[in-house]
Amino acid sequence: MNLTLKVWRQADADSDGKMVDYKVEDVSEGSSFLEMLDILNEQLVETGEEPIAFDHDCREGICGMCSLVINGLPHGPERLTTACQLHMRHFKDGDTITIEPWRAKPFPVVKDLVVDRSTFDDIQQAGGYIGVNTGAVVDANAIPIPKEIADWAMDGAACIGCGACVAACKNASAMLFTAAKVSQLNSLPQGEAEKDRRTLAMVETMDAAGFGNCTNYGECEAVCPKGISLDMISQLNRDYAAAAMRRLVGRAS
Amino acid sequence: MNPIVALISSSLGKKYLMAISGLLLSLFVLGHLVGNLQIFADPYFINSYAYKLHNLPYGLLWVIRFGLLAVVAVHVWTSIVLTLENRKARPQSYDKDATAEASLSSRTMRVSGIIVLLFLIFHLAHYTVKNVPGHEYGKAIQIKDVTYEAKVPLKLPESKGGAVLKTPTGEDKYGYDVHTMMIAGFSHLWITGIYLVAVFLLCNHLSHGVSSMFQSLGMRNSGSRKSLDLFARIYGIGLFLGYSSIPVAVLLGIIKVQGIPA
Ligand code: HEM
Ligand code: FES
Repeated sequence: MNLTLKVWRQADADSDGKMVDYKVEDVSEGSSFLEMLDILNEQLVETGEEPIAFDHDCREGICGMCSLVINGLPHGPERLTTACQLHMRHFKDGDTITIEPWRAKPFPVVKDLVVDRSTFDDIQQAGGYIGVNTGAVVDANAIPIPKEIADWAMDGAACIGCGACVAACKNASAMLFTAAKVSQLNSLPQGEAEKDRRTLAMVETMDAAGFGNCTNYGECEAVCPKGISLDMISQLNRDYAAAAMRRLVGRAS
Repeated sequence: MNPIVALISSSLGKKYLMAISGLLLSLFVLGHLVGNLQIFADPYFINSYAYKLHNLPYGLLWVIRFGLLAVVAVHVWTSIVLTLENRKARPQSYDKDATAEASLSSRTMRVSGIIVLLFLIFHLAHYTVKNVPGHEYGKAIQIKDVTYEAKVPLKLPESKGGAVLKTPTGEDKYGYDVHTMMIAGFSHLWITGIYLVAVFLLCNHLSHGVSSMFQSLGMRNSGSRKSLDLFARIYGIGLFLGYSSIPVAVLLGIIKVQGIPA
């Protein structure tokens, strides 16, 4: 198939960028979206042009590195699919495809389609852990956990931290990411002891990083490659309110 | 940081304020509608209802008025702060913008909110402060070719077994003829037009807002989301139908000015 691509090109963090048109020919329907970009990059290298920089690592939908906004949707048109797992058969011969980086102030562009997502690390470091040694693998079975709770925590743990939620949100809010991390740990007995301080610190770090505010559009849930539910945000809203109230009376855990 | 300041300045704290003020306003507009629908009954009902509100004990009228004003102020303040922060969070917009899920009403909350706010100011000038040019208040309201006294005795027509209400000193009680005032208002097509647009946008605002506030307060999950979305839509449409039935009934001549014998 032959395609026209409109791609964001930006030399480095300090330069202005712009959309540039490219033609790619003879792309197999079986190739992945990233392989299609690899083909384009080979063409660019051959003609002496700077190849397009984009993030990727595992290419099997588990690392969360790939981060392309394809035709206005993070990770493209397929639900529950990362850009690296998206195949060209979902496009038609002759299509024009727009490819842009994640757009949010806390995710500055490093080069072309690569953005710096270290503000997610800051949120995680503010409380996305359990502060004591919880033992070895066998010790996990020492505390019985109801199946529903374990499932819920696993659903939160499925987050790969790619940032598509921020990119899709019309307010560039990081609520789905933060909520998944908070809910996962707050729901388990091992995470319970530090529940309030974790919730307060992670939300306040998220705010300080300059993400927008959630207005319950639901765009994040729709584009999340791991299907993280808005219910996580609902839990974060509850947990933060409870934590803030307990902090008010000096009893935050 | 002081824990109260920390809460209120956090993104979630502001969302709680937005949701709680939105909830109070949503309940108010429902109550206000029920009050207004009395226009379909004998003028006695809406006039004596208005009289009772204006003569609540302990200055409660002013407590309610300032309370509502404060709620609107909180709602508008949080919506401005949150919106400005959201704009700042995405300095560079997408070349190609797409929407996967968000409803039209959720994407137009700011527009609908601002227009409802402008209407609210007009509405207060119209019926609370009573200084909209184009029709007269006070002594008399003129409609078509009949002149009625705006101050009317609050009594059920004698044909329906009413008796003149007396104050302890034996005088007749007087109140505004709200019934006539409402009909006078909706006899101006431009007022009816503004009113219908505002009420439609309020319906739109609440179609998202009434479900959204449950999520903001952590009281919604995927089990209840569909029902709450439906409830919000019904709430919005119900209010629209209820509120717009009044000017429509005036236009169709279903509600008519009724002279009260002097
Ligand atoms: C006075 C002008 C108003 C403005 C500027 C305004 C603006 C807004 C904005 C920006 C939102 C947030 C939208 C979102 O979360 O997506 C909102 C939410 C809401 N508004 Fe308003 N609004 C106004 C009046 C009203 C009125 C009169 C009502 C009730 C009758 C109302 C009820 C709500 C509700 C229930 C919400 C949902 C709260 C939440 O998302 O948690 N608003 N409003
Ligand atoms: S490259 Fe690892 S998830 Fe896409």
